[in-house]
Amino acid sequence: MQRRGFLTGLGCSLAASPLVTPVALAEGPWDNRLIVIVLRGAMDGLDAIRPVGDPAYAGLRPTLAGNGLPLTDFWALHPSLAPLMPLWRAGEFGAAHATSTPYRDRRSHFDGQDILEAGTVGLDGARDGWLNRLLTEVPGARAGTAYAVGRDAMPVLAGDAPVSRWSPDARLAISPQAERLLGLVYEDDPLFHVASADALRIAAEVDGAQSGGAEMMRVADFAAARLVEEARIASFSIGGWDTHGRQEVHLARALEGLAEVVLRLRDGLGPVWARTGVLCLTEFGRTARENGSGGTDHGTGGAMLYFGGGLRGGRVLGDWPGLGDLYADRDLMPVRDVRAYAGWAMRGLFGVDAGVVERVVFPGLELGESPGIV
Amino acid sequence: MPFDPVIAEIRFGCGLSPRVAPPASVDAMLSRLAGPDEMAHALPIPPYSRAEPSLREQARINRERREGKGTAREAETEAAHDAMREAAQALRRDAFQTSMARGIATGDGLRERLVRFWADHFTATAKNANFRHMIAPYVEEAIRPRVAGRFGDMLFAVATHPVMVHSLDQQRSVGPNSDFGDRRDRGLNENLAREVLELHTLGVDGPYGQDDVRELAELLTGVTMNPQRDDVYLPDRAEPGTETVLGVTYGAEASLEVVRDALADLAVHPATAWHLARKLAVHFVSDTPDDGLVAAMADAHLATGGDLLAVTRAMLGHEAAWSPERAKVKQPFGYLQSALRALDVPVGTVVGMERRLWGRLFDRPMVVMGQRWEEPEGPDGWAEAAGDWITPQGMAGRITWALETPSRVRDTLPDPRGFVTTALGPDAPAEVVFAAGAAEDVAEGVGIVLASPAFQRR
Repeated sequence: MQRRGFLTGLGCSLAASPLVTPVALAEGPWDNRLIVIVLRGAMDGLDAIRPVGDPAYAGLRPTLAGNGLPLTDFWALHPSLAPLMPLWRAGEFGAAHATSTPYRDRRSHFDGQDILEAGTVGLDGARDGWLNRLLTEVPGARAGTAYAVGRDAMPVLAGDAPVSRWSPDARLAISPQAERLLGLVYEDDPLFHVASADALRIAAEVDGAQSGGAEMMRVADFAAARLVEEARIASFSIGGWDTHGRQEVHLARALEGLAEVVLRLRDGLGPVWARTGVLCLTEFGRTARENGSGGTDHGTGGAMLYFGGGLRGGRVLGDWPGLGDLYADRDLMPVRDVRAYAGWAMRGLFGVDAGVVERVVFPGLELGESPGIV
Repeated sequence: MPFDPVIAEIRFGCGLSPRVAPPASVDAMLSRLAGPDEMAHALPIPPYSRAEPSLREQARINRERREGKGTAREAETEAAHDAMREAAQALRRDAFQTSMARGIATGDGLRERLVRFWADHFTATAKNANFRHMIAPYVEEAIRPRVAGRFGDMLFAVATHPVMVHSLDQQRSVGPNSDFGDRRDRGLNENLAREVLELHTLGVDGPYGQDDVRELAELLTGVTMNPQRDDVYLPDRAEPGTETVLGVTYGAEASLEVVRDALADLAVHPATAWHLARKLAVHFVSDTPDDGLVAAMADAHLATGGDLLAVTRAMLGHEAAWSPERAKVKQPFGYLQSALRALDVPVGTVVGMERRLWGRLFDRPMVVMGQRWEEPEGPDGWAEAAGDWITPQGMAGRITWALETPSRVRDTLPDPRGFVTTALGPDAPAEVVFAAGAAEDVAEGVGIVLASPAFQRR
């Protein structure tokens, strides 16, 4: 009650706030939604989406290769992704395999993530992220169009275009009297006035949507809640993929968490899920061979997982290079730039021009043939 | 000149304090700044060269840990590694707490603010765990002793400092035609050279091109760092031959002195003077500073060969610096620091605060406010514009902190009706005076004062 009083008592109406402009966004190119999840630590694509039909696979993975869920005669799904099987069958879950960023050879998480989020060929110069450059190219983007969610900085969204942030640590629950008095002291300062009003409104919405569950669930809830409203792009990260040892345990845990997040997003988005694309990107793949401690080390080629009713799933995209011919005699050979998949997804979802993708969003990329992701 | 002690302390210092009187004049501010660094003595942070665990020590313990795996010594080497990590984390936290506390106790707030400004100008971030506790020691060693000295000296100290060298990959840069580069087939890394020109000296719109970046990168080859050794310069990595940067050709005989000469020239270049003058004016006075103020500061830089005390004097001596409009918003670190100072929180409450409590009351709230301590997103440091900080999430963090934390760091809170004057000075805005007195309880009244725009602006 009191909160409503504060909001309606504002000197400028909420509609003038840069965060509340649903009408402008629903028009034109912004009908679809894009979620980019950065899997920090390098997900083992060969274990998540298993090429069980490749004659070399079982030999390279003596302890890790078993009990997958068949997708085709050639591919099998990691058992921890079983909750997502219905999505696969519905065409709302797919993968691109034998893919990577242009980053090669040094296999550093930091550099690999920097390049992934910069969306460039090398590290020289770029200070902004490719999702931010996308925002600069699509008309009508506002601060509330894109959200970086969670505790991480999300360099993929950093740059000149205005972006909003929200961390699950952020909360705002104050007494009605404090709210009234703060409304008074902010009245003559438009910057503080608008930001605090938006903070109260968002905090109230999040409190309502929140189940109080684990942090990643709160991140997913928040992202879904914003995307149902005025936001069109959200990005957050999930860690726990650097499985040098006991991968059977650690990767299972990470994939179970990812599956929960995806289902939570789907449930939270409701009918909007049909117009949503979720891309899960990681800095590089892992070694084709298991190491001596039941894990895998930093590699090159890997897989991108994708979800959502706005993309065409139920398939594994990409030409398969085979595990007989490894990159540097150790890693899955990357045969297509992962930026091309992301680029085609953006073309399909937001109608971004191919030239803009190749020049602005992913400078130096050749989009090539459509992989059929949208 | 319209000097005002309240503006002096709020805009150019760490905020008003019920214990420490504000400065009496510009001359008093400058003579404190030119005099001894009392806070560095009273509340020490070890400089990099004395910070433990050192890089060398960490390398040794990490090596022993690798060698100990699967042997009878494993438990011992693992314990040594854990103890080392804990010591590093403790140093990092202690330096954070000490940096905060210096602003509570100091009578020389301008120095604390300048240290933060230059630490941000010369942002270095940790690229791996071994460097996470070395950022404050780097600032203490390379930057703090030079904030009232010559800019060229600070630039050289920074650009050859192991922490900056590692942060910008300079140790990977090798002259392709040097002995070492030839033998190992290694080449240039332009990162440090590019940032020196783009961020540290001329500025992104400065009069340089890609050729200057490459030539400066060649000139900087030889500057390096190695956790095992103390060398900052290895001649066998330096690119032979002359290099030409901004039309000046530097000696064919590569040496650290050539590096010093080139950086000294860049430090007094007119583009550098204007870039730094504007940046200082933007940081302290306004996101859109008065042209005359910037010109006065740039002129002082050029007239004195980059004497930063003279540049500071030019800023404080210009009437635009004393405009009554509080155009700047405090960044989260300065916001919390000034709140603690206004609340007169004992230094001993902050320094030595238990790890989890510190995380809950300071470290994580600053992240919510958008400023993760010592981890800006890029080498260009923190944003300046008020709108980058006063966001919905930032405000949620600031209001929540202001309402909840003061009662956690002081046994008894001050009466809000008096605190409004302590924190904002005798000319506190009427609506804040009213709101402070109308609050439900003391914590809420204090919180509303700290959350007010009048307190968050400087």
